[in-house]
Amino acid sequence: MLFFDMMRDPASLVLCAIALAGCSGLPGLVLRDGTLGQRLASTAALTSSLLALPSLLYLLLGGGEASFLLNWNLPFGPCEVALDPLSLFFLIPIFLVFPAGSLYALGYWPAASHSSQRSVTFFYGLLACAMALVVVSRNGALFIMAWEIMALSGYFLLVAEHREGEVRGAGTVYLVASHLGGAALLFLFASLFMITGGFGFPAAGSLAVGAGLAGTLFWLALAGFGSKAGLMPLHLWLPSAHANAPSHVSALLSGVMLKIGVYGILRVLSFFPERPLWWGGVLTVAGLASAVMGICVASAQKDIKRLLAYSSIENLGIICAGIGMFLLGQGSGNERLAFLGLAGALFHVLNHAVFKPLLFFCAGSVMHAAGTRDLDRMGGLARRLPYTAFFTLCGAVAICGLPPFNGFASEMLLYLGFFGEARAGQPFVALGAPVLALVGGVAVISFVKLYGIAFLGEPRTAEAAGAHEATGTMLAPIALLAFLALAGGLFPQLFLALVQPAIRGLAPDLAHAAVLPIAPVWFALAGGSVISLALLLFLFLHVKTRERAVSAPTWGCGYLRPSPRIQYTGSSFGAFFSSLSGALIRTRITMGPVTGLAPAGARFSYHPEETLLHRVVLPVLNVLGIGCAFVRRLQHGEVQIYILYIFVTLMLLLLWVH
Amino acid sequence: MIDTIFHVVLVLAMPPLLLGVIGKTKAAFAGRVGAPFLQPYYDMGRLMQKGIVLSDSTTWIFRAGPVVTLAATLFAALLVPLGKHPAPVSFEGDMILFAYLFALGRFFTTTAALDTASSFEGMGAAREVSFSCLAEPTLFFALITLTRLSGTMSLTPMLQHVTLPVWMATGASLILLLAGLFVVLLAENCRIPFDDPNTHLELTMIHEVMVLDHSGPYFCCVLYGAALKLYLLGALFVNIALPFASGNAYVDWVVFAAGMLLLAVAIGVVESVMARLRLIRVPQLLVAALILTAFSLVLVVR
Repeated sequence: MLFFDMMRDPASLVLCAIALAGCSGLPGLVLRDGTLGQRLASTAALTSSLLALPSLLYLLLGGGEASFLLNWNLPFGPCEVALDPLSLFFLIPIFLVFPAGSLYALGYWPAASHSSQRSVTFFYGLLACAMALVVVSRNGALFIMAWEIMALSGYFLLVAEHREGEVRGAGTVYLVASHLGGAALLFLFASLFMITGGFGFPAAGSLAVGAGLAGTLFWLALAGFGSKAGLMPLHLWLPSAHANAPSHVSALLSGVMLKIGVYGILRVLSFFPERPLWWGGVLTVAGLASAVMGICVASAQKDIKRLLAYSSIENLGIICAGIGMFLLGQGSGNERLAFLGLAGALFHVLNHAVFKPLLFFCAGSVMHAAGTRDLDRMGGLARRLPYTAFFTLCGAVAICGLPPFNGFASEMLLYLGFFGEARAGQPFVALGAPVLALVGGVAVISFVKLYGIAFLGEPRTAEAAGAHEATGTMLAPIALLAFLALAGGLFPQLFLALVQPAIRGLAPDLAHAAVLPIAPVWFALAGGSVISLALLLFLFLHVKTRERAVSAPTWGCGYLRPSPRIQYTGSSFGAFFSSLSGALIRTRITMGPVTGLAPAGARFSYHPEETLLHRVVLPVLNVLGIGCAFVRRLQHGEVQIYILYIFVTLMLLLLWVH
Repeated sequence: MIDTIFHVVLVLAMPPLLLGVIGKTKAAFAGRVGAPFLQPYYDMGRLMQKGIVLSDSTTWIFRAGPVVTLAATLFAALLVPLGKHPAPVSFEGDMILFAYLFALGRFFTTTAALDTASSFEGMGAAREVSFSCLAEPTLFFALITLTRLSGTMSLTPMLQHVTLPVWMATGASLILLLAGLFVVLLAENCRIPFDDPNTHLELTMIHEVMVLDHSGPYFCCVLYGAALKLYLLGALFVNIALPFASGNAYVDWVVFAAGMLLLAVAIGVVESVMARLRLIRVPQLLVAALILTAFSLVLVVR
């Protein structure tokens, strides 16, 4: 009876779904048949999502909240787990991308060909569970524990192909960056403990502290959560981590885990009764700078997944700028700006959780088919992977923020916020609009390059020529996400309905100002007209020219022996723009000499390098590494001495306390 | 209602005439008779009757390129007011949609170019996306200045706000803004000094080289879409540059049409007296235009 009562409570259903997600990989660890274990895990993932998503929507739209108190016997006191609108909102991407990735993995990372499948499947579920726990926990200690589980399972997923040195390197960088961020969070929650006297989160708007202390907490949160969200310049771990993980893992890391950083920032902000204006300024500037630099570096990449990873930095920058606008609006009593900023940011959180996993899945299918991540070795895949090509096109248009897809709708809200400020007394905030326009323009460069070089033209290698379409289980989640991207662009009110409760939860005073300046019907009208007009024209021209179409080779401007090797490559496509943005990205070109009248074969290679990373951060880290070499002596691999360290530390702490 | 009909008819019928006027002006400068004013219409009519040659390398994207671009530009045509008449579709934030519809068109034009596997078309596509990402912020600066002046966020009230008294008050700012917009107009439509539509060397082209492989009705779509884009950005320019309203609707239509033709003559003059810039100089001019429009904003704010 109790069980059935519990099942009727949507909040308990959500908790059950979180637990189920965490356990989804367990059968696979013990079963001998790897394929069966993986199928069970996918079934569990789908079930958890079917349990969670309706309950989440019900709670979010119905205005329900729930809170559970876990009165356990651990030193940090009773543990509260709560579902408020903000938590519910951030649970949606988790339960959208996790089952999609799990289903995708059936075709992409099958047990038959990957020995690491068991651990990947297990940690995949654990990562989803830990992210959900981070979002629902209301206790600093539980939060940090879930955060660590999340970071570590991310690490184990990332190093699935640990036989490759590059993957191990990326994993190490990720682990270090993750723990540096974690250290900032430890300080943050320790300070909160000192202030409130308990590990429980302070209630919204109840943390009244002095300006200096509040500022410290803000910087700590920005460092800890911002490094997880990949804000520049704390993004250094992100590109190689997302590029080297298996694609369904990258989708979860990029589509969801980065958003957990955004959640953290919003949660910490909600503690404070009032937020100084300069916080908003810092977040807006940091966000826009991240967006510009991220996308400029993306446009020079030749690795398909690295390009997507840098574009994540751009999108998180846009989200962060939206949150900054919210704070600026609140700080200056401008409700319109506050509402549009927050609505745009949260809407973009959902949108990015739709189109970025979509693109990472497509990138996975492409790599699966062409056997490489290097754009310059692909080409002509649209003929070989027609469905993947179509869905990638949807994702690429969506991520550039172009109508009629969802990216346009959320950027539109931010634009409206920026433009509205042009009428204000101090129209500095309006300068964000041209910056956003620049970001949009460079995003078009990046994604025309990604799509055009990988999918169009002629295959540049034999592997690309022999590529094959992805399986049904890989295409199904991709198709679902593409559909959502279109639905969000045509009917943004569907996504905004989920955003509204979260806004009410975060800023109750904005509730009455929460009116969109633009009627959502215009999105449907504009997008629908463009789509139907294009379809009509396409069919008309197709019918008109069907009988009189002649096939011929591409016009080679008089050159009669074209070969796929003379096509424009991704590197050459991006080279023109990167020559303009040389301060952010440099290209290292290595080439052999060409000598003689009939030169022998020569080699030419091209490596995009981030200036910030290679000219500033790495040299500093190298110096630090040399300076701290003596610390390495503590690290010798003898376990008994490590235990001695722990014991001595504990003794010293005990002495200190007494 | 009658205004809407006029708007649609003008926007559909007039764009190729601008190309004819530009051609005639250039011919006059060169001392030639030149092709008739209606030549672009004849060309497009002829193209519609022709068959097509499709490259073996291409997919449906190649054919979707001109089509989507034209569809997006056609919807954008409903957002711009012509003269002192309101646009058929107008809402808060429509200027952002206006800019992004062109970006959508650019996305599809350039992907269609990459679909042909030709290195020349790839070159053109790379130039097109790189230049326009510098031109786009200029347009947004201009729109912010107009928002600041008019206090509205929709193209129709924004552009109708620019009247003689406004010109008197903020003339310096509007001149800078117009200068920036003119540069954007030339750059976005691939006119001299950014690109030479009549050049014969594929290596130096931008727009023309992207559509080398299009033929027949698809090429007609490309030409018509390009003419329409010139017309729309030109209408934006003329709306600000000609702040006169006679009060009579029909006179206003005539004034607007005359303004567009004058703009075409001006473009023809620029094309005749200037040489094409070296590609390396193009970004510098675009950034200069960006700074001009930024100045116009500063002048309005101070």
